[in-house]
Amino acid sequence: MMVTVIVLARTRKLFSVVVLFGLYSFLMATVMVALDAVDVAMTEAAVGAGISTLLMLGALHLCRRKEALPSHEPWLPLTVTVVTGMVLIYGTWDLPAFSDPAAAIHQHVAPRYLQDGPRETGIPNMVTAVLASYRGFDTLGETTVVFTAGIGVIALFRRRRPAAPDAARDAAREEA
Amino acid sequence: MRGDMVLRVIVKLLIPFILLFALYVQFHGDFGPGGGFQAGTIFAAALALYTMIFGLENMRRIVPDRLVEAMIAAGVLLFLGVGIAGLLLGGNFLDYFVLDRDPVAGQHRGIFWVELGVAITVFGVMLKLFCLFAARNLGQE
Repeated sequence: MMVTVIVLARTRKLFSVVVLFGLYSFLMATVMVALDAVDVAMTEAAVGAGISTLLMLGALHLCRRKEALPSHEPWLPLTVTVVTGMVLIYGTWDLPAFSDPAAAIHQHVAPRYLQDGPRETGIPNMVTAVLASYRGFDTLGETTVVFTAGIGVIALFRRRRPAAPDAARDAAREEA
Repeated sequence: MRGDMVLRVIVKLLIPFILLFALYVQFHGDFGPGGGFQAGTIFAAALALYTMIFGLENMRRIVPDRLVEAMIAAGVLLFLGVGIAGLLLGGNFLDYFVLDRDPVAGQHRGIFWVELGVAITVFGVMLKLFCLFAARNLGQE
């Protein structure tokens, strides 16, 4: 994973960036499996590695193959990133240890879901029970977000484009 | 790519299995990992693969554009419909216990329809996005 990320940051060929992102997603999915979050792993593999790689390739076909060189030195963004990263790492010191049963998140509603969930819903997969039943409203919201995003993209693609940028784009593609 | 015999045959062999796996993920989501979101994505991926090999026109013949667009909205409406059915049957919004005489069976029914709604919307959106990019690359629209 480290190698993937470093190569991702170094390369300027957008095609390899897209493919490496897909690879990274697959590796991330294996991490999720190792953490026993198979539902998330499946989503990561299907969406992150599958569909988004496909859509990125589709988008890549519409633009140049190479990343443009940055117009200024990267010191300010680099400083901001490093400082933010350090603040976040500092924040993790106060988090409870990994899989600590006394952590606050395991004390609130999780025990009730685990104890009563199978009896109340009759569904062995806890993730499905919580997602569709206990947190049904939340999932409705998520579905609406997907819906809104979809119609947003449709609206963007459907708008009438003036002829000039089109010709410029074709010229750029021929150049590349 | 359309003339490539090996690709055509392999894809034709693969697609039924991908579709079957999507259905398995959808309907086995109660017991194993998976659910509407993943199933919708895998289903859309199968059709995207078909489009890449057999072309956009053939895909549109199987799943017309209007149907895909209708599905985007239909999934959300199905989800909302389950919620409102709970209201009409005397429970709260998205209350599945009232959907059947047996509360556990009601939960099963509610979750089934809700997951189906999610799958339909996700499938519609994913496939539509892919089609839009593909059509634009071909210079249509």
